[in-house]
Amino acid sequence: MDELLEILSDLHPEVDFENEEGLIDDGILDSFDIVTLISEIQDVFEVTIDAQKIVPENFNSANAIYSMIQEILQED
Amino acid sequence: MFFTSYEFLGFFLVLLVLYYSLPKKWQWKLLLLGSYLFYFAAGPWYVLYILGTTLVTYITGCQIGKNFEKQKEYLASHKEELDKEAKKAYKGVQARQRKRWLVVCLVVVVGVLAVTKYTNFVIANINSVFTAFGSGTQLSFLNLMVPLGISFYTFQAVGYILDVHRGTIQPEKNFFRFALFISFFPQVIQGPISRFGDLSQTLYGEVKANWSTISLGLQRMLWGYFKKMVVADRVLQGVSTIISDPATYHGAYALVGMVLYTVELYADFTGGIDITIGVAQCFGIKVQENFIRPYFSTSLKEYWRRWHISMCNWFRDYIFYPVSISKAMQKVGKTAKKLFGQKVGKRLPVYLSSFVVWFLTGIWHGASWNFVVWGLLNYVILMASEELEPLYAKFHEKCSWSNKAGYKVFEIFRTFLLICVLNLFDCFEQVGTTLGMLLSIVTTGNWEVMTNGALLQLGIGVTDYIVIGIGVLILFTVSFLQEKTQKSLRLMIRSLPYFVRAALWFGLFVLVLLWGAYGIGFDASQFIYNQF
Repeated sequence: MDELLEILSDLHPEVDFENEEGLIDDGILDSFDIVTLISEIQDVFEVTIDAQKIVPENFNSANAIYSMIQEILQED
Repeated sequence: MFFTSYEFLGFFLVLLVLYYSLPKKWQWKLLLLGSYLFYFAAGPWYVLYILGTTLVTYITGCQIGKNFEKQKEYLASHKEELDKEAKKAYKGVQARQRKRWLVVCLVVVVGVLAVTKYTNFVIANINSVFTAFGSGTQLSFLNLMVPLGISFYTFQAVGYILDVHRGTIQPEKNFFRFALFISFFPQVIQGPISRFGDLSQTLYGEVKANWSTISLGLQRMLWGYFKKMVVADRVLQGVSTIISDPATYHGAYALVGMVLYTVELYADFTGGIDITIGVAQCFGIKVQENFIRPYFSTSLKEYWRRWHISMCNWFRDYIFYPVSISKAMQKVGKTAKKLFGQKVGKRLPVYLSSFVVWFLTGIWHGASWNFVVWGLLNYVILMASEELEPLYAKFHEKCSWSNKAGYKVFEIFRTFLLICVLNLFDCFEQVGTTLGMLLSIVTTGNWEVMTNGALLQLGIGVTDYIVIGIGVLILFTVSFLQEKTQKSLRLMIRSLPYFVRAALWFGLFVLVLLWGAYGIGFDASQFIYNQF
């Protein structure tokens, strides 16, 4: 989780990612951020994120993103 | 059968009465029949195209769905005997089979769109190349029909099949229900581009007549007619005059023309979508919103989050994301990172994917280079803004006045002007003509036409200007109130005393009757987005 928070903070240092729960719904992360984020996650966690995983529920909070990564790791 | 025709109103009313008179289980079947009648009225042969797209997409959806089921059953029944690698290998084989179905479907469905809409564009370009190399050979243009709304229903079908392939929705097993999703008459010719997961929630519901819902739908329709008939169709006369003769109407005329066209485009497209959403609401069906007051945007980026939302989301979800996170693009990013550093490596995939998206968005709007240039200009401005983002942040940090309301108004005005300039590229097929018109605004100096009555010779007289002015003022006031309160104005009006709200809606109805551009001297015009 710490690694993920570090990636997110690099993207938007001004956001409190530990508590924010509307990253997509509130427009904090835009499509450009999402692509950069996915690229970083794929490198750090060694997972492949498919386009179908890019839905607001999976990206609205750091916890949701982390759960998605765990889910992909389990599927693999 | 345009939305603004008497035939459409008659058709809608008959369908509505039948819808609530028939047994509820027949309601969606009636809508399917009505949708095909509506489409048939647009052109009997067009029906074959929409039917073909529906059939191919339906069969593919079912095949992919069956494959998913087969995979699930096999994995469940062989749970014990398969290790992780064997499961992965089996899933890989099944995924390849699904992909084959998907590719065939996309080739056919998108192929029909490409052939009907873009063949003559390709021929024109080949002929230009022949001419440039001094060859006298010229290919003949084909006399192809472009079915009404083909770009919209094709995108809807492609979105459906991609969602089924991704496993995010279950395929519709009933062909006729699926046919209704593709052909649903209020949205078939100009969108919004609905997702099956959203529209299917209410499309097949058995609906009990509810005056509250129907009246909200009728009010939304009336608001759409006001925008289209009172504002858009009146402005149209002036815009057409200016566009038809750029040699005469340039300089100050070009400035007036691009502002009028931007007003017309807004009133026409959002008015059409209001009618679509209103009609659907009368039948108890929820169609997604396509606009969030786009002309209140403070940047082009924000504008594209508020304008034609269903198309933007379509391109984002089905083109931008898959392309930008594809293995090939990630490889490009990594290579760029090694060669040019971290920043370029991160941005390159996004910029390349955005280029693809904006090129396609341009060509989707029309088969000519002016639309491609329009798309790519949007791309250049958006990417430049992205690069300048840190500079903006510093500017806002250092200049506290830039965070005040006055500066926001300036940003809104600046964005509106930018949209006006970009929209001018819609108007002329030759990009050179558009650039000439833009240049003429600063070089011609014929500003006297603004005051000497020349603007009254454009096909819109004093009365038209007054009506347009009042219409725009009403549109602005309503949008401003919605922007400020973030609430539906119709619901707010609902809380007013009966006679006040009745007077408001009756007043709007009278305005459409009195000021609507119809009858002698006016030709009920097609909606601009019907042509896409």
